[in-house]
Amino acid sequence: MTVGLAHYLTVAAILFTIGVLGIFINRKNVIVILMSIELILLAVNINLVAFSVYLHQVTGQIYAMFVLTVAAAEAAVGLAIIVTYFRNRGDIAVDGANVMKG
Amino acid sequence: MALQAIAFYILAAATLGSALLVISARNPVHSVLFLITAFFSAAGLFVLLGAEFLAMILVVVYVGAVAVLFLFVVMMLDVDFAQLRAGFTRYLPVGGVVALILVVEMAAISVGVANRGAAAGAVPLSPGSVTNAEAIGRVLYTDYVYFFQAAGLILLVAMIGAIVLTLRHRTYVRRQSVADQTARTPATGMRLVEIKSGEGIPE
Repeated sequence: MTVGLAHYLTVAAILFTIGVLGIFINRKNVIVILMSIELILLAVNINLVAFSVYLHQVTGQIYAMFVLTVAAAEAAVGLAIIVTYFRNRGDIAVDGANVMKG
Repeated sequence: MALQAIAFYILAAATLGSALLVISARNPVHSVLFLITAFFSAAGLFVLLGAEFLAMILVVVYVGAVAVLFLFVVMMLDVDFAQLRAGFTRYLPVGGVVALILVVEMAAISVGVANRGAAAGAVPLSPGSVTNAEAIGRVLYTDYVYFFQAAGLILLVAMIGAIVLTLRHRTYVRRQSVADQTARTPATGMRLVEIKSGEGIPE
């Protein structure tokens, strides 16, 4: 039983799905939603690295690095928005975030 | 080869199990800790693939920075997290069905792509004379140098944005004014008063 490309892709697919499921079932808790997005991006990275290794192209790993950069920036700005939101409203339930609805 | 398979299954199970616990844990602090476990196990998968540099980057950036940032925010906000889980069981059936369909489809595509198509019968990159970090560096600083600079700019913008969003000027806090202090001279800072005996100082 050798581990091949399909194994890594399947792990990434399941991880991606867990991330999507996390967004579905934690509709109110915006912090867990952000963590789910991180899980989705991790799944993307696993896919990129697996293909990069099996196709002998280092470009996939470069791309994974950029995905990592953007994910870190997104987490920083997202958490800053959560902190500001909490300061203004006193809670972080995102289903109440319709004050700006036109 | 068998050892590699055993390591793969252990790391994959750890990644997926802790990812499930991230989205289902009652306490968000536990969620963050399981997120750290998931990233650490995924870094192990990267090492198994032969991408050591990205594995170390993953540990440094995610476990060292992002997860700690999450931990700070979760512990700083005084939120009733039990109340936030109100819709948990309500969305679980539909979410579960959607997730099941998604995972079956993507796994089918993955196996199909791996067995036919572009990567059919591909063997993993064997470690040659060039290390993984050197291979990445050779490409990153030549072909992708502008993208590298752009990534740095993105981080700079994110940093400034996070500071601007969370910075708060409170008017009732008395602050030190360095300019006023250094501009102060004996003429402006001192007043000579004639005090008459028995009367005290008039305002």
